[in-house]
Amino acid sequence: MTDKEMVTLTESQQKARRSRNIAIGLALAALVIIFYLATIAKFGPAILDRPL
Amino acid sequence: MALVNNRLDDQAFRMSEATAGDFLALLKPRVMSLVVFTAFVGMVAAPVTINPFLAIVAILAIAVGAGASGALNMWYDADIDAVMTRTAKRPVPMGKVSPREALTFGLVLSVLSVMTLGVLVNWLSAALLAFTIFFYAVIYTMWLKRWTPQNIVIGGAAGALPPMIGWAAVTGNVGFESFVLFLITFLWTPPHFWALALFKSEDYERAGIPMMPNVAGAASTRRQIFAYSLLLAPVGVAPWLLGYTTAGYGVVSLALGAGFVWYAWKVLRMPDADKAMKPAKALFAYSLLYLFAIFAAYLADSVIGRAVALGGV
Repeated sequence: MTDKEMVTLTESQQKARRSRNIAIGLALAALVIIFYLATIAKFGPAILDRPL
Repeated sequence: MALVNNRLDDQAFRMSEATAGDFLALLKPRVMSLVVFTAFVGMVAAPVTINPFLAIVAILAIAVGAGASGALNMWYDADIDAVMTRTAKRPVPMGKVSPREALTFGLVLSVLSVMTLGVLVNWLSAALLAFTIFFYAVIYTMWLKRWTPQNIVIGGAAGALPPMIGWAAVTGNVGFESFVLFLITFLWTPPHFWALALFKSEDYERAGIPMMPNVAGAASTRRQIFAYSLLLAPVGVAPWLLGYTTAGYGVVSLALGAGFVWYAWKVLRMPDADKAMKPAKALFAYSLLYLFAIFAAYLADSVIGRAVALGGV
């Protein structure tokens, strides 16, 4: 594919996309941490006490 | 053949220039801060406690849910936001965020916040949050706002619910004490917004929103503002009268309520010819201070009460 066949983002579009990507990344990381810690907070050490 | 053509116009293929900040603006951060604060007071006022981390999760979920309803409001109201000076710079009328992006953002955050609150905290608070989002986005924004001058009176219920959600997140039920907190914000909303509507009536007229000054006239609105202030002042003191707080809160709320009635009285006395409407602007500013201060007093009273109880043990 040549350059002409692709969408060329303007500088402001690139900056905006980068800003959105960082925000989405941070939000996802925050959700992972929240659900991990909340699981421990809700169930306590019992979360590890499960029959194999 | 190329699948995507550079010459496609903006309507056919639009690359977004919306930054994370534009999406944040869709959440109405200032409204969100008030929601967070009142919900927090509801949580602290509750007679029991929950795990502090789950309390933070609950506050976050309530904040995101409130923000989601703001995004849905901005999606639906983009046409009238564009013609009002107060709202013309919002991301959708400015063209930074497309209506579809705002709608998707609002829906995703609504589901995410309600599910998170339900799964991690409890389903009563999640149901109340879902009801709040529905009430604000559908009942107020899509129906009442463009239909009746009672729009913000009934719609005010959405803004008043956060303390009850906070209370429910901690206790798993809704007590009468949390209902009194609901009532304070509910009765505060009409005089707050009608004071704004008095000095922004041209804006609302241009947008075709039937706010009270545009429908019933300025004189009737001033009378109604004063009537609501007479209702609000005693309800603000009610938590003390009902024995939920100490006399410290009672004195503060009494002074704040007297101040509210005083500012509303000055609005009532405002002549029709007054174009500057300083009394209305003063009441609007004071109303913001009133709500923050009365909830802060309630919070301080609850915290001190707990500290004293702990010290007693």
